[in-house]
Amino acid sequence: MKARIAPSEGLLVKEEPYYEPHGGEIALFEGAYQNRIPVLLKGPTGCGKTRFMEHMAWRLKRPLITVSCHDDLTASDLVGRYLIKGGETVWIDGPLAHAVRAGGICYLDEVVEARKDTTVVIHPLADDRRVLPVEKTGEVLTAPPEFLLAISYNPGYQSVLKDLKQSTRQRFVALEFDYPSPDLEQRIVEHESGVGGEVAAKLVKFAQMTRNLKGSGLEEGASTRLLVHAGKLMTHGIDPRAACRGAIAQALTDDPEMLGAIQELSASLF
Amino acid sequence: MDTRTPLTAAELEDWLDEELDAVLSIRRTAHTQALALSALARGQQEFARHWISVIAKTNPELAFHFATHVSEAMKRMAQEDAEAWIIEAMDVYDKMGLYPAIAVLADIGTFARASQEKSRAVTLEAVAPMLGLFLQGLSGRRLKIEAHERTFTDTTTVFLPAKIAQLPTAADNARLYKITAAHLWAQAWFGTFQGDRPRRLAEHCQRFPNPDEALLLFHALETARLDACLARALPGLHRELLALRTERTETPAFQAQVARLEAPGASVDETYEALDALFGQSPPEPRRYQGSLDAEAVAAAMEERLERERTALQTALKDLLPEPPPPPETEGDAPKRRFAVHRESDREPVLLWDGQPLAAPPEVRALLRSIGQDLGDIPDEYLVPAGDGPPGAEAQRRPEDVWKGTYHEEGAYLYNEWDHRRRHYRKDWCVLREVDVHPVAEPFVAEVLRKYSGLSARLRKTFEALRGENAVQRRQKHGDDIDFDAFVEAFADWRRGRELSEQVFLRNRRLARNIAVMFMVDMSGSTKGWINDAERESLVLLCEALEILGDRYAIYGFSGITRKRCEMYRVKRFHEPYDDTVRARITGIKPQDYTRMGVAIRHLCRLLNDVEARTKLLITLSDGKPDDYDGYRGEYGIEDTRQALLEAKQGGIHAFCITIDHDAHDYLPHMYGAANYVLVDDVRKLPLKISDIYRHLTS
Repeated sequence: MKARIAPSEGLLVKEEPYYEPHGGEIALFEGAYQNRIPVLLKGPTGCGKTRFMEHMAWRLKRPLITVSCHDDLTASDLVGRYLIKGGETVWIDGPLAHAVRAGGICYLDEVVEARKDTTVVIHPLADDRRVLPVEKTGEVLTAPPEFLLAISYNPGYQSVLKDLKQSTRQRFVALEFDYPSPDLEQRIVEHESGVGGEVAAKLVKFAQMTRNLKGSGLEEGASTRLLVHAGKLMTHGIDPRAACRGAIAQALTDDPEMLGAIQELSASLF
Repeated sequence: MDTRTPLTAAELEDWLDEELDAVLSIRRTAHTQALALSALARGQQEFARHWISVIAKTNPELAFHFATHVSEAMKRMAQEDAEAWIIEAMDVYDKMGLYPAIAVLADIGTFARASQEKSRAVTLEAVAPMLGLFLQGLSGRRLKIEAHERTFTDTTTVFLPAKIAQLPTAADNARLYKITAAHLWAQAWFGTFQGDRPRRLAEHCQRFPNPDEALLLFHALETARLDACLARALPGLHRELLALRTERTETPAFQAQVARLEAPGASVDETYEALDALFGQSPPEPRRYQGSLDAEAVAAAMEERLERERTALQTALKDLLPEPPPPPETEGDAPKRRFAVHRESDREPVLLWDGQPLAAPPEVRALLRSIGQDLGDIPDEYLVPAGDGPPGAEAQRRPEDVWKGTYHEEGAYLYNEWDHRRRHYRKDWCVLREVDVHPVAEPFVAEVLRKYSGLSARLRKTFEALRGENAVQRRQKHGDDIDFDAFVEAFADWRRGRELSEQVFLRNRRLARNIAVMFMVDMSGSTKGWINDAERESLVLLCEALEILGDRYAIYGFSGITRKRCEMYRVKRFHEPYDDTVRARITGIKPQDYTRMGVAIRHLCRLLNDVEARTKLLITLSDGKPDDYDGYRGEYGIEDTRQALLEAKQGGIHAFCITIDHDAHDYLPHMYGAANYVLVDDVRKLPLKISDIYRHLTS
């Protein structure tokens, strides 16, 4: 019985992912990385958390292993399990154990979605012990200095069942993400979708309008990601209003009144 | 479509002769009527024939007149409108006799117009929810929408006509609503009344011999300026606006001034200059979307708002002070440290402390934006943090302080109250008693269930789906999928010669929810009327939903007057079943006195803490800020409530607030946290929304 480690070269980020810093987040992240402190990214959906992680993995030249958490994600999904191969049981590392062995960056996206027991396995990794006990094999993996644990969560969710416990959150350096400033967001939309400056500016303005509606029927305003989607559709030749309707309005809500209002807003701008 | 061949004129004439025999003669034949009828489709002919014989039975003369007009009517009206026209005529005949009824029949035009108007009219009621969101999207400050016979804005509310039917189609009329609302929004946004200008407008117009005419001219010029602003900011909207314009004659001088006002950067100052230059000319015809200007209303609304926002800003800045302010005696020589605001045109204002940008919370940013919108700039006096409050006012007016406590009253609970000025609790300050709501045996609950029968069926379905979260059980003998971990282990055991385990399956199972929820219902005097009804309806629907879910829940109302008489009204305790008594108590919920929230929260948390549950929730239904008779209001009330909520949080209770107070954004984020409240903007929607909110909150 021997541990199989999937090759991690494929997980290296080779080309620089486009990322526009909005503050000191890169320095802070690097500081946390050098000091082996895990990182918590907070912020609304679609504001660039995952892109930031890719960018940092590229900067630090470490493999990036992203796990999108869901409500059936168990501890053994993260740590690993035995499988049978040719009549023999073989241990297969889960993404977390793999990242620890390879000295990579393990990024647990939307960690509150995962089952409660998963947060327990990350606790010993997230303090100064930096170990991952693998119960089934009896191993205790010690993380090399290059390893980093990063998690993300969206504090705007209004569900009491999806809250990050203090015992978890107090192990992390927290980086707060929000929608970028208008100039920056315009640059991002231009770069990512290929629309011209004027259209990008309108899209950003439109996004701000929808963000004004947060809390009055919208859970979230339009994220930068949605703007990029709309922009891409427009570069593809789709009428701006139709692009806004499909990529933004319909993506945000099903409520007919709210849809009407958002569509009127986009029609006012384009 | 009726495919039968139409009857010919001859056939019709024969039929009419027979039907209207009593009123026909040699000189008065049905020839022309028959000719006209023969041009109609067969279906229309049958409709006409049916009514002719019906009316002839009542009065043949009326039927003759009907036969005369019916062809014309069928051309101009849809069948159902024609039917309304006939019924109206018959009604008039019954009440007023033959001749008025004949007049009704002859007056097809009015009827046709009214029926057309009905099909193209748009009511404010129908578009207001969408318009409200639309305006809120345009600018952060919330503008209310109300119906009014005049169309204008006071910069807090946009007043629009209750119905618009002046344009040919419903879509056009809806568009006119939107453009009018956007134009009024533009008055507030592009600075028609910025700063001292509501007063300035009235004063400026008074200088002219005919102030009313000056106002009209000003409005025409300002409309041109705002249209240009809209064209730059919202080009799509401006295209629609141009489509609504009608041709009008403008003098060359007027057009020259308009050209100046349309230049980017033109402010209302230029409009005043243009007014001075043009006065004496009569203003052009008003645009149909421009509404009217009411400087007095704006001045009043703005004054009230600025006062409120100034206090709110100063209070908020006090909390933002990076360190406690220096003691007064050193103030003279210490370098002056102060707040400032950096504003670039069109940009979010940035709050500075000592020249360094400060991360301001969203509510402060909203205040800065709103004040900036009204004044164009943020005056320094607005940026002076509130002091610890003068020792006067409230503090002196409190003779009961002498007691420093309460009377010892049996059977009552005593609770501390947080005094934010002292940063200390007042010990055993509030006396709270639990009382039962007097049950009322009215069929209220049954009526609510009937009224919302569709909704309650839908809720039943969604809540049934939610009844237990899905969970996977491992190592089962039977199941939906293979448990690989168990199977591998079993396989290894088997290879080693041990018994092969049967427990190698995964089974999906619904996990029991383990939630206890406490509803705290505002029973203060301000809930009288609609709000009380909505609260009770909401409770009924909630109870139905919660019964399906199986979550444990309790409902308490709260109210009281002064700290000596805080009262909790028991509607349903945790262990009580949802039965007729509880239903009768819900029916019996009545508005009482004041809203002392802190003590109510503390008491309900104490009750919640006695319940075993993994998740504990305290949901408040409220219509406003904490408020009580003895100075429990403003900052004091808010801070005490906040403190009570912090205590709740320490006890592992999640607090959430559902409110219908439009100003909630100003204080609820501070009390409950930004993500822990929901504003339901229309109280009538509360029953519809509340179960959704609860579902959202607990899944």
